[in-house]
Amino acid sequence: MRYAMAIDTRKCVGCSDCVVACQTENNVPIGYCRDWVVEATTGTYPELQMELRSERCNHCSDAPCVRCCPTGASHQEEGGTVLVDPQECIGCKACIVSCPYDARYVHPEGYVDKCTFCIHRVRAGESPACVAVCPTHCLYFGDTDDPNSKISRLLARRKWKRLIPEAGTDPNIYYLL
Amino acid sequence: MVEEIIVSGRHLPEIDPRLTIWGWEIALYLFLGGLVAGILFFSALLFLQGKGDRFGTTVKRLPVFAPVLLVIGLLALLLDLSHLLYFWQLFTTIRWESPMSWGAWTLLVVLPLSVIWALSWWPEWIPGWSWKNPALKDFFGWVERQRVWLARILIVLSVLLGMYTGILLSAFNSRPFWNSAIMGPLFLTSGLSTGAAAIVLFSRDREERRLFSRIDLLLIMIELFFIIHLFMGLLAGTRVHIEAVELFMGGPYTTPFWVFVVGLGLVIPAILESLEFTKTKIPGTVPAVLVLVGGILLRLILVDAGQASRWLY
Repeated sequence: MRYAMAIDTRKCVGCSDCVVACQTENNVPIGYCRDWVVEATTGTYPELQMELRSERCNHCSDAPCVRCCPTGASHQEEGGTVLVDPQECIGCKACIVSCPYDARYVHPEGYVDKCTFCIHRVRAGESPACVAVCPTHCLYFGDTDDPNSKISRLLARRKWKRLIPEAGTDPNIYYLL
Repeated sequence: MVEEIIVSGRHLPEIDPRLTIWGWEIALYLFLGGLVAGILFFSALLFLQGKGDRFGTTVKRLPVFAPVLLVIGLLALLLDLSHLLYFWQLFTTIRWESPMSWGAWTLLVVLPLSVIWALSWWPEWIPGWSWKNPALKDFFGWVERQRVWLARILIVLSVLLGMYTGILLSAFNSRPFWNSAIMGPLFLTSGLSTGAAAIVLFSRDREERRLFSRIDLLLIMIELFFIIHLFMGLLAGTRVHIEAVELFMGGPYTTPFWVFVVGLGLVIPAILESLEFTKTKIPGTVPAVLVLVGGILLRLILVDAGQASRWLY
């Protein structure tokens, strides 16, 4: 089983509902966020192109944060979900430095925090909060090891990219182009 | 020309300006770790060569400061931990893939051994000293008989400690500037060099000062060679590595690094130390202080610059 998320950059309107839903669902302290929206504009005027990306932890299969963690607080659970155990985290911040996506931050209580793929919802058979709330249904969550899952069929049919796979992280967030 | 402007939607003052997450605490700790590695290495090495009486400062006196410096470094490290009360979790596991994990274990072994090594020289530091407690007297009597073994272990551990301070940084491929295998040897050499400078600074013996001036000169040459290789290696790398180097070639770290670290911290002390060969009278403290200040600056700048370098997307 390999949990992954596919995000349709053609359907995303950049409303940031995913951000707010995550903050509400996960009780993210004010001023912090586990996901965010990037608006990338490419080209020279008047030939401009814009891409909207809802970004979060990439739950990398070869996660540098898990490798560098000295206590094992950063670890992988079912489906390769990368999680942090606050009871084991000493706040050394090596994982923040090791993440090429800058997806982690120090929670005001001292431990390091990040996207969990809403694993508590997934275990209960629901989808992550950002996926559930998206008004354009541009977020897809599922198991890429299952060739018949919706996300696998989508990735087989559509063109996609992942963010800096050349950093050797084998990320599991796919952007449909 | 194609330009990409990224407008991040996160606008979060609590996260984005704080991504330079490691500050002076880490740099100070890396400096003191390297310095202690240098002090212990030379002390153990000269002791094994049977020069304990000839070079008293190196072998017997300076190591007394090693545990003190190491503890200051560790306090700086603890100051950096944001979830401090859980620091003991470091010692519930060994994770070989994490340099920080085996570094923490190395420190856990080096610290008590450096205390024992330092205290075993206590009677020679203070004439007429003897351990009042019979158990301590027996223990240090035993330590004195085992000194050869302790010195051998300390040589291995001090090299490991010095290397580890660099490997800690080079293990992060997400920060392209650090991502070079030369970091470990560079930090080890710099640590040994600051150790030699400390000996020059504290020794009263002319021959001892001259020997370590020369050792320091050799170490500075090796360090310069490693710095050149660090930049050559990165420049031969990918686009992100080249952009990381550009931070030092026209970027914000250009002057601090080339003028203060390389110029004042390496080249000028090397020139001053070479002048001693021509019998020119140079006060040995000047190059020694420059090397020590250069050592801390090197770490402050490399720790900061590494975090400023990143993969672009």
